[in-house]
Amino acid sequence: MTPEFKGFLLLSVIKMLVVFTVILVGVAMLTLMERKVSAWMQNRRGPNRVGWAGLLQPAADGLKNILKEETFPAQANLGLFLMAPMIAFIPALMLSAVIPVASPLPVNFEFTLPLLGTFRHSGAMPMVVADLPIGFLFVLAISSLGIYGIALAGWSSNSKYALLGGLRASAQMVSYEVALGLSLIPLLLLTGNVRFSAIIAAQQDGLWFVLPLFISFFLFLVSGFAELNRLPFDMPEAESELTAGYHTEYSAMKFSMFFIAEYANIVTISAMTATLFFGGWDLPFTSWDETPGVAQTLVTGLMFFLKTFFFIFFVMWIRWTLPRFRYDQLMSLGWKFMIPVALGYLVITTAAIWGIDHGIGITSVRLKMGILFGLNVALAWLLFWVVDSGRIVSGSYRKTAVSASVAGGEG
Amino acid sequence: MAVGVKVMKRPEEQVSYIRATLKGMVLTFKHMFEPKVTMQYPEQRSADDWTISSRWRGTHRMMADEQGRSKCVACGLCPQICPANCIKLVPGEDEVGNRYPLIYEIDEFRCVFCGYCQEVCPEEAIHVGVHYENAEYSRDRFVYDLERLTAQTHPVSTLWDPTDPRGE
Repeated sequence: MTPEFKGFLLLSVIKMLVVFTVILVGVAMLTLMERKVSAWMQNRRGPNRVGWAGLLQPAADGLKNILKEETFPAQANLGLFLMAPMIAFIPALMLSAVIPVASPLPVNFEFTLPLLGTFRHSGAMPMVVADLPIGFLFVLAISSLGIYGIALAGWSSNSKYALLGGLRASAQMVSYEVALGLSLIPLLLLTGNVRFSAIIAAQQDGLWFVLPLFISFFLFLVSGFAELNRLPFDMPEAESELTAGYHTEYSAMKFSMFFIAEYANIVTISAMTATLFFGGWDLPFTSWDETPGVAQTLVTGLMFFLKTFFFIFFVMWIRWTLPRFRYDQLMSLGWKFMIPVALGYLVITTAAIWGIDHGIGITSVRLKMGILFGLNVALAWLLFWVVDSGRIVSGSYRKTAVSASVAGGEG
Repeated sequence: MAVGVKVMKRPEEQVSYIRATLKGMVLTFKHMFEPKVTMQYPEQRSADDWTISSRWRGTHRMMADEQGRSKCVACGLCPQICPANCIKLVPGEDEVGNRYPLIYEIDEFRCVFCGYCQEVCPEEAIHVGVHYENAEYSRDRFVYDLERLTAQTHPVSTLWDPTDPRGE
């Protein structure tokens, strides 16, 4: 091994440790935050007994879950029953490896250890565990692996509620995965690259993609919620219908694993939203952060944290605002609204980009994105005030109204 | 969808997802900064707008006279009226002919807290109390004997509203 490779390995191991520790501790704190936010939105105080302002509540919960009895349903498929939480848990953690958290940090060192030899590193180190060339494709691929954990948990429990939860989870994830993927294609058209660092660079040159690709952002956010199995799309859990859905039969740490996986996925989707549409670690209105440096890394890291944190809060905010969809409404929203809109938006954006590049021949990136922004304002108005007026979004409304009038005009 | 589900006919322009969601989010966000309504129980037991009613019927209290003896004359009315049959009374009589309870026990687990014992008592000796913190480590601690009933200090129930005794 060359000294450079050893230096790279050393740094990667350190980055992995840091990222996974931050994610796991962060996930624990998120469970507290969820309870606090829900309490505040309902004029309550939330947990405040364990530690200062309840800060040790996650530790108390964790301790309780470790000490609890592991239960196994009599007719469960034991192998899959044990494997399902891990299958849900591992992809959720893997995703945190590919998202850049700050601007590159210059790291220069050279030292020699006995037995191990010389370690050397010079130049800027990207603040990401692995800056994969396949970028968000990796995220889409791995995040859809998590569904196996949920579906298998539902099936192997040998319980009707768990099975229904697992089935709903699969159907929902498959439906919204399509919209999620389609909503990211316009972004691909603008950057020409799926690597996260390239996407951030493109947003530094032009505008944050939330402006020129607002509809994409909206579709991504909604399908992201569906992928997370969070309210208003928490069909797989649906306490009031399925007791606890796919994890009905799980207890103790195995149940906690599903919980950690869910919150880790929230972090990932929030970080993805921040990276893809809000410039990642980019500071707005300045190019100071584009040269590597320690101060830049700290400030951009803070910036990235704030953006991600806002979207984590947003996820909880939505959860405590909206009730759950009915299952058929969920499906008709996915297939009759999200996918057609995503496809239509893809066509419009493609045409607009082609028109700007070849028809008008504008070369300034900022101007091009500005024109797209104007187009998106018009489209957003169309979507929010014309399309979203009752019938088209709620597919079942029209159908029921017709069948009810046939059945004798009731309702 | 199943036939026969009632669907409200609403004006189309009022039915929306996105705008309604945004409206709801504004509402929940406002709620985050409103004063909290939680009463923090062990530290705070009553608030301006919430105090325990003086008509609350909780665990019993036996009243004592000036010499510290219980007021009970062992007339036997309270075990007679008790619908849950939770009062055990063995009457005794001293050398001057005063009746007093040899054994007076109330099983608080059997008690239904109807308050009839207090209503029926001619001496105003036994009362239900305005009290709700009764945790114990064993079940037999819930059979209150005479000594324990007399030692209770919590306020007693008024059974009716003092400002409106006839329930008008």
